[in-house]
Amino acid sequence: MTAAISVTGLSCQYRDHLALDDVSFDVQAGSITGLLGRNGAGKTTLLRILAGQEFPSAGRVLVHGAPPAENEDVLRRLVFVREDQAYPDFKVRHALRVASWFYPNWSPARADALLADFELPAGRAIKKLSRGMRSALGIVIALAAQAEITLFDEPYAGLDAVARQVFYDRLLADYAERPRTILLSTHLIDEAAGLLEGVIVIDRGRVVVKASADDLRGLATTVSGPVLSVDDFTAGRDIWDRRQVASQASAVVVGPLDEAAWARAKSLRLDLAPLTLQQLVVHAAAHPASAAPAPTVPVNPWERTSA
Amino acid sequence: MTGLDEGTPLFAQIAERLAEEIADGGLAEGERVPSMNELAAFYRINPATAAKGINLLADDGLLDKRRGIGMFVADGARRRLLAQRRERFAGRYIEPLLTEAARLGIGPDDLVALVAEAARAVPLDASGGVTV
Repeated sequence: MTAAISVTGLSCQYRDHLALDDVSFDVQAGSITGLLGRNGAGKTTLLRILAGQEFPSAGRVLVHGAPPAENEDVLRRLVFVREDQAYPDFKVRHALRVASWFYPNWSPARADALLADFELPAGRAIKKLSRGMRSALGIVIALAAQAEITLFDEPYAGLDAVARQVFYDRLLADYAERPRTILLSTHLIDEAAGLLEGVIVIDRGRVVVKASADDLRGLATTVSGPVLSVDDFTAGRDIWDRRQVASQASAVVVGPLDEAAWARAKSLRLDLAPLTLQQLVVHAAAHPASAAPAPTVPVNPWERTSA
Repeated sequence: MTGLDEGTPLFAQIAERLAEEIADGGLAEGERVPSMNELAAFYRINPATAAKGINLLADDGLLDKRRGIGMFVADGARRRLLAQRRERFAGRYIEPLLTEAARLGIGPDDLVALVAEAARAVPLDASGGVTV
C-alpha cells in the first residue's frame, strides 16, 4: 500500500504554544480518513501544513512523496477546503471558473450538478451567501476539483442536516466513481463515522489514536448492572470510567470481549453496550495513555495487506 | 450510516445482513449480490468497509466471484446458513428463555405449557419459510 501522505515527527510551535507535538502518521492512497479531535487540538494546523499553507517547526511532511510547501506540482493535485474559507469579491460562477483554471482534473459537469444539489445560485455574489451556502460552495469546489488528495477542514459550518446528508452522499458517489485520498476533519463524528476507513485522533497536538475505524468499533464496552457483578467482571481489566448510583454501577472496559466474556456477563446479569466511534474518541482523548497501546489496534493499520 | 449499529464493526454487520438475506431467500442462489459501491451508497458507508463484508462471505464460500461481473450467491449457501442458524438456535433463544424463566420461578413444565399456548395463538407452519 502506498502512502499518499506521510508525516514524520512533525511539530509546530507558535511562540509559547506547541500546536503539534511530534506527530507521525501515514494516510494510504485512495482511502477516506477522519481527522478527529477537540477544538484547538491541532487539526487545522496539521491540514494547513499538508496544504503547504504553514511551515512546521520540525519534522517531515511528504505529499505524493514530496514536501508540499511552495511545490506547485503537489498543490495542483491537492484541494483544501477550510472552515470559513475566504473568497475575493466574486460571484459563485467566478469562483468556480478560477478553480477550474487551477485544478487539472476539474469537472465542469460535476460542478454544475453539485450547484444544483446544494441549490447554490451561480450568479449570486459570494459575500451575499449565507454561511451554509458558503460552506456548500467550498464543498462544490473540493469535489469538482477531483484532486488526488482532498482535505476538508470542518467543511460544513452552517449547513443543515439535509445539506450535510447531500454532502455525505455526493462524497461517497464521487469517491466510488473516482477514488481519491480524502482527509476529513470533523466534530460530527457520529454522522461521518460510516464514511471513514481510517481514523486519526489528535489531542493537544499529539496523535492519541490511529487505527482503522472498524478496529475501533467494539474496542471498548460499557458494562452495567449490580455493583458486585460489575466489580467481579471488571477485575483485572483496563477500565476507563466507572460510575455508581445506589447498587448499580457502570464501567467502560477497554479491549475486545470474546464470546466467553459475553456469556459470563450474561450470567452475571450485566448489560454490555459497545462504545460508538464518537464515544471512543471522547474517551481516547481523555485517556491517551491507555488508548495508544491497545493490543488490537495495529500501529499502522493501513499497511495490512488484507482489504 | 443508515440502519447499522455504530458500536460493532460495520463490515461484520454488512456480512450478517447479506447472510440473513440469503437465508431468508431474499437473495436467491445464483443471484448477483449488490456491489461494494451499491452497498456503500445504500448504507452510507465506506466502500472498503462494504467490500470487507462481502469478502468475508466469499472467503466462507457463500459467494462466488465471477471475474468482471461481480459476486453471486453460491450453490448450497442457503442450506448452510440455515443449518448454522439451527445450530445457534438453542444458545440464542432457549438459553436466555430458561435463564429468565428461572429468575421468575417458572419451572420447565410451566414453560412448556406456555410455549404450547403461545404456539396455538400464533399458528406456525413448521415448514414456514424454511423449505429448501
